[in-house]
Amino acid sequence: MQAFTLHTGTMLPLRRSDVDTDQIIPAEYLKRVSRTGFEDGLFAAWRKDPAFVVNRPEYAGASILVAGPNFGTGSSREHAVWALQDAGFRAVVSSRFADIFRGNAGKSGLLTAQVDQDVVDRLWAMAEAHPDAVVTVDLPARLIRVVDITADFGVDDYTRWRLLEGLDDIDLSLQHIEKIERYESARWSYLPRTLS
Amino acid sequence: MGKTLAEKVWDAHVVHQAPGEPDLLYIDLHLVHEVTSPQAFDGLRLSGRQVRRPDLTIATEDHNVPTIGIGLPIADPVSRTQVETLRRNCAEFGIRLHPMGDDDQGIVHVVGPQLGLTQPGLTIVCGDSHTSTHGAFGALAFGIGTSEVEHVLATQTLPMRPFKTMAITVDGELRPGVTAKDLVLTIIATIGTGGGQGHVIEYRGEAIRALSMEARMTVCNMSIEAGARAGMIAPDDTTFAYLKDRPHAPHGSGWDTALEGWRELCTDDDAHFDTEVVVNAADVEPFVTWGTNPGQGLPLSASVPDPASFADPSERNAAERALAYMDLAPGTRLREITIDTVFLGSCTNGRIEDLRAAAEIIRGHRVADRVRMLVVPGSMRVRAQAEVEGLHEVFIAAGAEWRSAGCSMCLGMNPDQLAPGERSASTSNRNFEGRQGKGGRTHLVSPVVAAATAVAGHLAAPADLPVLVEV
Repeated sequence: MQAFTLHTGTMLPLRRSDVDTDQIIPAEYLKRVSRTGFEDGLFAAWRKDPAFVVNRPEYAGASILVAGPNFGTGSSREHAVWALQDAGFRAVVSSRFADIFRGNAGKSGLLTAQVDQDVVDRLWAMAEAHPDAVVTVDLPARLIRVVDITADFGVDDYTRWRLLEGLDDIDLSLQHIEKIERYESARWSYLPRTLS
Repeated sequence: MGKTLAEKVWDAHVVHQAPGEPDLLYIDLHLVHEVTSPQAFDGLRLSGRQVRRPDLTIATEDHNVPTIGIGLPIADPVSRTQVETLRRNCAEFGIRLHPMGDDDQGIVHVVGPQLGLTQPGLTIVCGDSHTSTHGAFGALAFGIGTSEVEHVLATQTLPMRPFKTMAITVDGELRPGVTAKDLVLTIIATIGTGGGQGHVIEYRGEAIRALSMEARMTVCNMSIEAGARAGMIAPDDTTFAYLKDRPHAPHGSGWDTALEGWRELCTDDDAHFDTEVVVNAADVEPFVTWGTNPGQGLPLSASVPDPASFADPSERNAAERALAYMDLAPGTRLREITIDTVFLGSCTNGRIEDLRAAAEIIRGHRVADRVRMLVVPGSMRVRAQAEVEGLHEVFIAAGAEWRSAGCSMCLGMNPDQLAPGERSASTSNRNFEGRQGKGGRTHLVSPVVAAATAVAGHLAAPADLPVLVEV
């Protein structure tokens, strides 16, 4: 996983709430078996509208998505995270994230920075007035800074540590292999098995 | 202080616990399908890892599969590749697979319970958000992403942060004609699509106890649409009767041992829930959605709301966008909304009781002229059972299409899709923009409302249909 410490970039203001995973990447793009190249599916339906914010030239190259509440609601598709990353996004800022999306993002190295809605409102206003305003997302300090705005963001300690270190979760769990084996040896024999 | 059901199941699965770290939980059952697994298997290969417990893992083909011509190769080359990739991965790693054409093929959340693999007290995961379905048995079951699929394949564990607990108590009795789907849509509209965020919901109360296992699965299935990680219902005699003698249920003395443990799986009287919600079952009416998220719903007797009536600016904005997408005007009676396609199926409402309930309504009627109705059983076993009972003849006689099992039009990854601008009444779980096909418009409904709507040609309850007089 790509480590995340300090990131500077510009914002994409997405003034929509309940941005669901079917909008982030529609199901037809999920048929692929590859792990990269999902940027063409990002907001595919909405991007058909030339006026959609993602299509506007002033936001080309933006790497911090600022969205309305309940971002990532819906399915468990990690492709939603991959599509954002493949399109160049390193962080999403919202007042509320759907649980599975946030989990997936943490596993893949996309930062989900949770802030109050009034911070989202100020970031939207800033990004709309000054699309080239450079934002610093400071994970060690849990701060977002842009021009005269400085705001704390929420991210849980464990995810923060893993992002900072770029750690592989599977390796971390396998450090406890003896405990896993011990647990397995004590499981009830009536528990279901799929193979006979 | 006592523990909630969810906490009991959690505590019984902790492999490792340390301050500042998530708990490492053991996973009893891992369900796999073709869409969210290929990159996970690739990850295993890249790091030279094996599947730790193929005997706790099972796969089915469901999202991509066509529901007609299932004996033929899948026409869409991308879908075909994905299904073939699952077959190769299962063969390479020794995982049992129920492919297209197999008697036990079907939607992963229908297959698990039907095989008796879904049991009380288990931890169950799947790379699919509707894994919450299995909570109907008192299992702690939740959807995971592809990184976590790889994690479970490699370790049979998951690092998980503790959740909050929510009790949703449904007192009283549901009125005749009101179903589990109406109940859960009402709950989502009440607490909102983010209302359950961070929580495991336990559904309790008289009305929940009165539900069949299949109806309980419908309720737990849609917990994710309220933002919850999982939904659960404490197991009881209804659960045990459903499980007895299923292929993977415990047998002989194992059954008695299991039953003893299962009876302990309930929330203690002195346990504390972080959030409590009470719903009066008698207040629930047939319920349909008007918008583009599952929380945007109202009783069928209501009218399309005016966005100006929402005090919260973000809700108002969402309602405006939804009405524009759905091409609906405020004040339109929901019953006046005409429908092009009716979809009966999905992991929410594709079980035998759903098909029976819909067939009962549609029997002797005709699907309205302009309406297409697809009936897609949740599994090939459900399809076979429906054919034993003659339900397929009822649907076919009414002019509906009788299909093979799969996720189908719930998300349109196979050819079953809405055309742009088409409007559906769907027994599935998500009414997101374009979910059932680009530009398609979805109204979520119960199976009996779906059946009545197919006949009437507009959103309707069974009571709206003319009484058939035998001559």
